[in-house]
Amino acid sequence: MDTKQGKQISVARMAAGQSGTVLQILGGYGLTRRLQALGVRPGKKLTKISSMFGHGPVTVRVDDTQIAIGFGMADKIIVELDSR
Amino acid sequence: MKILLMGNPNVGKSVLFSRLTGVKAIVSNYPGTTVDFTKGFMKLGEDQVEVIDVPGTYTLEPTCEAEQVAAKMLMDGDIVINVVDATNLERNLYLTLELLERQKPVIVALNMWDDTKHRGIDINVSKLEELLKVPVVPTVALTGEGIKELVKRIPQAASPPQSLRTPDERWAVVGRVASQVQMRYHRHHTLLEHLGDASIKPVPGLLIAAMVIFSSFIIVRFIGESLITYLAEPFFNKVWAPLIMRLSDLLGSSGLLHDILVGKLINGEIDFTQSFGVLSTGVFIPFGAVLPYVLSFYLVLDFLEDLGYLPRLAVLLDNLMHRVGLHGYAIIPTMLGLGCNVPAILATRILESKRERFIAATLISIGVPCAALQAMIFGLVGAQGMEYVAMVYGTLFVVWAVLGFILNLTVKGFSPELLIEIPPYRLPKLRPSISKLRMRISGFLREAVPIVFLGIFIITLLYASGVFDHIASFFAPVVSGLFGLPKEAVSAIAIGFLRKDMAVGMLGTLSLSAGQLVIGSVVLAMFFPCIASFVILARELGTRDMLKATGIMIVATLAVGGLLNLLL
Repeated sequence: MDTKQGKQISVARMAAGQSGTVLQILGGYGLTRRLQALGVRPGKKLTKISSMFGHGPVTVRVDDTQIAIGFGMADKIIVELDSR
Repeated sequence: MKILLMGNPNVGKSVLFSRLTGVKAIVSNYPGTTVDFTKGFMKLGEDQVEVIDVPGTYTLEPTCEAEQVAAKMLMDGDIVINVVDATNLERNLYLTLELLERQKPVIVALNMWDDTKHRGIDINVSKLEELLKVPVVPTVALTGEGIKELVKRIPQAASPPQSLRTPDERWAVVGRVASQVQMRYHRHHTLLEHLGDASIKPVPGLLIAAMVIFSSFIIVRFIGESLITYLAEPFFNKVWAPLIMRLSDLLGSSGLLHDILVGKLINGEIDFTQSFGVLSTGVFIPFGAVLPYVLSFYLVLDFLEDLGYLPRLAVLLDNLMHRVGLHGYAIIPTMLGLGCNVPAILATRILESKRERFIAATLISIGVPCAALQAMIFGLVGAQGMEYVAMVYGTLFVVWAVLGFILNLTVKGFSPELLIEIPPYRLPKLRPSISKLRMRISGFLREAVPIVFLGIFIITLLYASGVFDHIASFFAPVVSGLFGLPKEAVSAIAIGFLRKDMAVGMLGTLSLSAGQLVIGSVVLAMFFPCIASFVILARELGTRDMLKATGIMIVATLAVGGLLNLLL
């Protein structure tokens, strides 16, 4: 997987430990709102902490909150990776 | 006057609530919904005022039923205490702004204040107060810090004029406010945070989970056994038995009243597991055999809950739970079911879809034995050897998994994905934990004791009147033919409808082989939920789904009981 700076990928495809800025959420109004309420919205910095194997949930840190997101949802959150 | 406690989930609202109102709280159901809220009273100056712990919500534009209720409840409140997680200012202030826009008088409790220090956050409280134009009081609900100040300033709650904002404008304001009042400085991860991260990564996480579950099991058993050996047994043998023996002499050692109160004497002595009198077995089962285990189970579960471990377990087990048509969060009601099925079935409300609630509730009532039942299984089956106890647990787990797999394929609808907040680890504080434990124990006693008494009373009457023989011979073909149990076991299975712990106790009087005990225990665990869970099941699922769950239960029990009989 290419993980150069500035590359746009979904949270589901980030590697653990990588950080990025949320660009957009490719979901309907419902998903966008639920994620927003938990602090995930465009412009936010986000760090991936871990993911379970076999398309299990992905854990990320936004501000000081950790949230676990199902793989399918995480695949709809597009981030721009930070430079290391 | 009505004071509302409102805030995001996991901000310590309930702890703050009990700080304000003391122990007397009433849990009520919001009409027409599955959402419960807690109500209590506090003294404010000279007046008694009503305080309501509103379900946690992230926003007043509801995304689920609980949030709808929260938004509706706001309408009849007079003052809002907005509980804000100080370590999570930005996200929490969004709700604060929404509340202010509704023009209700608001006072902000900046809770978890003690956590900000070691999390490297510095908040300028007076600046925040100036920007929001409402009182802001730092509090630590767990220790009680700041509560007096909060109460003192409730009358100052204010509703400054606001412009109505769109969500994006609101987030912009929140961002601006947060950047003006909050300073973050770098600090190293604490040990708890390292542990928090490790326990959610797949490999160390699953290892930790296995260790946590295994040691919980050992600790529950150790505490339960110790309480029985050093407290319950000495009390019952040295104090209670002589008292009952004296009563037995007074009643002339026989007769209907004697059999109801004292039960049958075994070799001229009271046998607490076999006599089956209201005052002998009826007192021994709830207090002597079951209570020690219920106590130690909740002690351990509450610790894990207050620590914040359960959401991590939900993430780790999400994959497994998807195989049975649920997502990881369903592990929480399932674990509760190991204590008692009633709160567990109630807790399935945290699941979003009707399908998930049906699957979870059905699996809990069939495959998850409650603490009372487990205590008796350990006592009775464990006496034959721990491998038989393992057989019972193994069978129940396989039943749970296979049944879930089938339900996942056959029940219509889909199960949504996991989306939950993972709270940081917090070391539980003694006082709130003790009051929670006390509530659970008194709940158990209120529910179990009268039903055990009633059950023993009914059994004695049925035996004495001979009605029992008719029932037994009617069901005998199933019980002895299919399950390979003596026909007297029918009575135990029938009593299982009232209390399963008592039913296992009755199996103990039948001198069964180890294999028969395993079959009997499994059948009792799976078959018909006890009457309390039955009522809750009907209320939560509706009559039709409850009947469906019961049908599944009967078929599964017959199949598994028959199969075990062939194998053992």
